[in-house]
Amino acid sequence: MPFKLLRQGFRRTKALDRILPVQQPLARNYDVIIIGGGGHGLATAYYLAKYHGIRRVAVLERGYLAGGNTARNTAIVRSNYLTPEGVAFYAESISLFKTLSIELDFNIMYSERGHLTLAHTDAAIRTSRWRAEVNKHLGVDSELISPDEIRRLCPQLNLSSKARYPILGALYHPPGAVVRHDAVAWGYAAAAARLGVEIHVDTAVTGIIKDGNRAIGVKTSRGTAHAERILQAVAGSSSHVAEMAGFRLPIRTIPLQACVSQPLKPFLDPIIVSGSLHVYVSQSSRGELVMGGSTDPYPLYASRSTLEFKEGLMAHMLELFPFLAEIKVMRQWAGIADMTPDFSPIMGVTPVDNYFIDAGWGTWGFKATPVCGKRLAEMIANGRPPKLIEPFALNRFQRFVQIGERGAASVGH
Amino acid sequence: MKILNCPLNGPRNISEFACLGEVKTVPPPDAGTADWANFVFTERNAAGLVREWWIHIATNYVFIVDRDTLTEETIRTYRVNDPLLSQSLGPGGTK
Repeated sequence: MPFKLLRQGFRRTKALDRILPVQQPLARNYDVIIIGGGGHGLATAYYLAKYHGIRRVAVLERGYLAGGNTARNTAIVRSNYLTPEGVAFYAESISLFKTLSIELDFNIMYSERGHLTLAHTDAAIRTSRWRAEVNKHLGVDSELISPDEIRRLCPQLNLSSKARYPILGALYHPPGAVVRHDAVAWGYAAAAARLGVEIHVDTAVTGIIKDGNRAIGVKTSRGTAHAERILQAVAGSSSHVAEMAGFRLPIRTIPLQACVSQPLKPFLDPIIVSGSLHVYVSQSSRGELVMGGSTDPYPLYASRSTLEFKEGLMAHMLELFPFLAEIKVMRQWAGIADMTPDFSPIMGVTPVDNYFIDAGWGTWGFKATPVCGKRLAEMIANGRPPKLIEPFALNRFQRFVQIGERGAASVGH
Repeated sequence: MKILNCPLNGPRNISEFACLGEVKTVPPPDAGTADWANFVFTERNAAGLVREWWIHIATNYVFIVDRDTLTEETIRTYRVNDPLLSQSLGPGGTK
């Protein structure tokens, strides 16, 4: 590749293939406008074009393609949730992820690793057993396993009973996987663009045009465009964009930090999560340990990094893997997470007609990218939400029927 | 390390505090379900100036903080009965 690049550099004509066509000016009318060019928005555009024949679709992105939380997550995919609604939803997501490389003709580097949620307390064992039973009932492969079995799957873990928080067991979820997150977004973008979807980057939405209570278009930094239907899919700015449309959300926006270590030889097969120790870790195909913890303690819109977070995370990493003491942190970053009160997303219709929402994805949005795109496309095409995502409606908070998914968040929040 | 100026305890490390959420107007007791749902769940969640309840955990002291969620600056802290609370131009919409 470097030689190819060098040779290209000396040529007059640029023959490298573009993934996306050159950006054109905004048209005046579209069938569907999607605000937010992250994984969810691009996936929705793709499924609309491919399976519902709606091709006059524009995806508007304020920054660059998939540069928000799609680029900032830790790339883990799993479906071992706690509520039946959650399990069914994420199980469909995993089944779509498995064949996504073929569907999109784009290698997303799906790598099935197995996912271990460690339990250090009796309460955690109880929750793990509960999750395992809910999962099995719904056909998802999950099992509560003993320290002996954990040792067989991951001998590197500190399984000593003398540790500060000894490992008593784990919820083992064999389908847990890591995926190259950027490739998911690029794959969807490329496939959608081939079907005629327009992707506009550097295009900030500055207002929602309404006719009475009906959304009919958007004002952007590159002009105005009208649409039959509009979808808001903007993690980290959900409250802000909803305010433009004229309603408020049950969301608090809180940063979530993560980091990677220097590259190491491959030694860690499964994805390791510990709720009690507030840490999750997997080894990337480049050999870096990708590590994350709980969200920051208070709401903020700044993706800055804090020493407290890293101190806490590293101390907990060393509880699990004491031999990593000499290893250095190489990169760190933060994403801006929209947290809902019940740790479940918000998908569906809004108080504004023709204006749909996909928000509140907190710290678990990436693993839902394919199912979210598929089902949101179905909703936009039919005008009403499909059964699978009905429970996640915005008005569940008015009806007091929340979906308590806190027990299945990877780590405490 | 961030420092927050507690009206009772003076400047303390921010890890000693917890954010309790936006200052909102409590609905009257006979308000309808929708108003209560709104009060409990809906957030202004502004990117910019916010007025929030905070607590100093060790002393169980609750007070009010004006801060900026874009720059992470604390503008001011108030005792709950601080007369400045009604006088000062609090962030729009939180009253």
